[in-house]
Amino acid sequence: MEFTGLDLNLTWYILIGALLTGYAILDGFDLGVGALHLLTTTDEERRIMINSIGPVWDGNEVWLVTGGGALFAAFPKVYATVFSGFYTAFMLLLAMLIFRAVAIEFRSKQPMRWWRTMWDVAFSFSSLLITLLMGIALGNVIVGLPIGESGEFTVTIADLFNPYAVLVGITTVALFMMHGAIYVVMKTEGAMQEKIRGWINNTIIFFVICYVTTTMATLLYMPHMAEPFKEHPTLFLVALAGMLAIANIPREIHHRREFFAFLSSCASIAALMSLFAIGMFPNIVMSNISPAYHLTIYNAASSQKTLAIMLTVAIIGLPFVLAYTVSIYWIFRGKVRLDSMSY
Amino acid sequence: MSVELLARLQFAFTVAFHYIFPPLSIGLGVLLVIMEGMYLKTKNKMYEQMTKFWVKVFALTFAMGVATGIVMEFEFGTNWATYSRYVGDVFGSALAAEGIFAFFLESGFLAVLVFGWNKVGPKMHFFSTCMVSLGSMMSAVWIVVANSWMQTPAGFHIVGEGMNARAEITDFWAMVFNPSSVVRLSHVMSGAWLAGATLVLSVSAYYLLKQRHLDIAKSAMKISIVLLAFASLFQLFTGHQSAVVVSKYQPAKMAAFEAHYDSSAVAPFYLFGWVNEEQEEVQFGIAVPKMLSFLIHGDFNTPVTGLRAFKKEDRPPVNIVFQFYHLMVAIGMALIVLSVVLVFLWWRGKLFTYPLVLKISVASVLLPQIANQVGWFAAEVGRQPWIVYGLLRTSEAFSKNVSEGQLWFSLILFFIIYSLLFALFIFLLDQKIKHGPDDTTEIPSEYEHQKQLFV
Repeated sequence: MEFTGLDLNLTWYILIGALLTGYAILDGFDLGVGALHLLTTTDEERRIMINSIGPVWDGNEVWLVTGGGALFAAFPKVYATVFSGFYTAFMLLLAMLIFRAVAIEFRSKQPMRWWRTMWDVAFSFSSLLITLLMGIALGNVIVGLPIGESGEFTVTIADLFNPYAVLVGITTVALFMMHGAIYVVMKTEGAMQEKIRGWINNTIIFFVICYVTTTMATLLYMPHMAEPFKEHPTLFLVALAGMLAIANIPREIHHRREFFAFLSSCASIAALMSLFAIGMFPNIVMSNISPAYHLTIYNAASSQKTLAIMLTVAIIGLPFVLAYTVSIYWIFRGKVRLDSMSY
Repeated sequence: MSVELLARLQFAFTVAFHYIFPPLSIGLGVLLVIMEGMYLKTKNKMYEQMTKFWVKVFALTFAMGVATGIVMEFEFGTNWATYSRYVGDVFGSALAAEGIFAFFLESGFLAVLVFGWNKVGPKMHFFSTCMVSLGSMMSAVWIVVANSWMQTPAGFHIVGEGMNARAEITDFWAMVFNPSSVVRLSHVMSGAWLAGATLVLSVSAYYLLKQRHLDIAKSAMKISIVLLAFASLFQLFTGHQSAVVVSKYQPAKMAAFEAHYDSSAVAPFYLFGWVNEEQEEVQFGIAVPKMLSFLIHGDFNTPVTGLRAFKKEDRPPVNIVFQFYHLMVAIGMALIVLSVVLVFLWWRGKLFTYPLVLKISVASVLLPQIANQVGWFAAEVGRQPWIVYGLLRTSEAFSKNVSEGQLWFSLILFFIIYSLLFALFIFLLDQKIKHGPDDTTEIPSEYEHQKQLFV
């Protein structure tokens, strides 16, 4: 494996990686808020939880949708192979995404307790399952898929729940819970803030245990993920940066600088995604039947012309996307206040 | 059932359900711009109240659209893997552009539209409303471009052979502005405006019948009639343009719309009928003689290409397409009649006088919904047996690695979920409408009074 120059294929690999990293950072905290949702007890607390992500969760999910569209445009073979191969698991994931979206929208529209509790449960469990399934999918991509000569594969749900993939799934849950807890502390005040601050240490410990275990398991059982780092030792700096970012989180929390803790948490996610992308390169999905069937950034890509056109689209579009994102987060900065338009 | 048929059914069901909501968002978006614009101009609090009420309805339809829309973004890959490999280079680009140019715009400014009343000034809020409306229309632009490319492919060439053949872009703008993009977009857009206009019309007429929120209902009804009248007439124009393009580029589809078999004959325009596909004729039909020839060629005596010009395996199913198409046209005409009546009564100062007219207005909300659905059915079934017209057959395009069982599973799964969602959507919409645009505060919570389940 070698890093050739920055051609269009590599550019798109990085761009889609950036979109999915944006998704993991942004939807990561709102999925984490969902996973923690049932730990709050009163209606007001639960409304604050939901409204802390109220104006932004929908925009966060657009990163996933656009990532999916970009994958379709830039690497259609990957899009076709992965989504048809993971058919049943993917349908379950989509069902959970639907439930989560409507749970947020429906929950506070009726006064009945059973109604609100029902949607609280739907919101929380769907958030957990979405995170777990995405982590498991990522884990299976690392393990490799039974892609044959036709460029297709089929796996059952049971195949997906192999130990390594489940470990990656649980690590993702732990990561997003930590990320979400830090976010809620930023958005709340008073007694509720103190309560959630108390959870953060637990989520950090949970995540660090998972992180260390996954790292060990990857080095032991998925040695191909470490190859690029052996060949290019400077890339180890990415792993180091990730570890430092993680280590910085409890430090910032201790000094009550939640915003910096949140930035550290974002940086950790970005570092983990980068490690994954570097480990996979230049493959996007690997065949566990034969390396000849790996889908790479070259054999699975669209034509050079399309990649160039899409790059123009991205160069025009992304500054706008960043501008919207930054302005929305700026407009809705500060603590959550419930009013008549809130969820 | 075969995998192909199940893949089609599953996709058709999920996309048809999704398509209840985007037209409402697009139509309501335009009306929100008008309502809030009126508020900024007149500073009349009544318009602010009206806007806030419709923003809440908008938020509900938008959430449903987002929830059901995510599914669509991935179902090309899940159900149509072969298709995705074949056209990803072209079709995927339009889909990705939709994400970058439309979805981010929509979702970002939606936050300000719904939650930003106290966070930004009135002008910034109005700007956000405009951007949400623009975003929802941009999304229609890209998805209709993508679909139009499947109807009238352009700006590409085929590379490779057999299993490895695929379409690649040669000219991006020729792909975007393929022969049917613009007419189909304007047709889809005015269908969406009609969906939004009749929803506001319906709810306002309901309030008038119930003698509630009279000021707001009267003003909102007038605003909706302006859009309804414009869109229903524009729809006639775009529908005609669209038919001309179909007859030129997809003659088999046009022939199926009118069940026209004989290429050497001038073609009538049916008002209704029943197609006997065995005997290749229309039964129990009433038609305007030579009218189709005139509509397409501008001449009563020019023949129109008929279905017999195509091999049996290249023809779409005829009767079902005929029925969908004619139902759409009939509803389009009914909406024109309705808007003419409403505009006339408005002019005579008797808009709110007749309960019958108000009752019809209440029911009118269903008409564009049905027309939008059957119009798409006619367009998509009429394209069969092709998934990309003339290039790739639907029977070759589905995912070969997905089984019947998996498709049944997802079809049943989505059927259950969507039935539940639809019931909840109607229930909440009904509650919201009955609650009305009163400037009340939050919905009270009974949360703390009962036994806690999850603590």
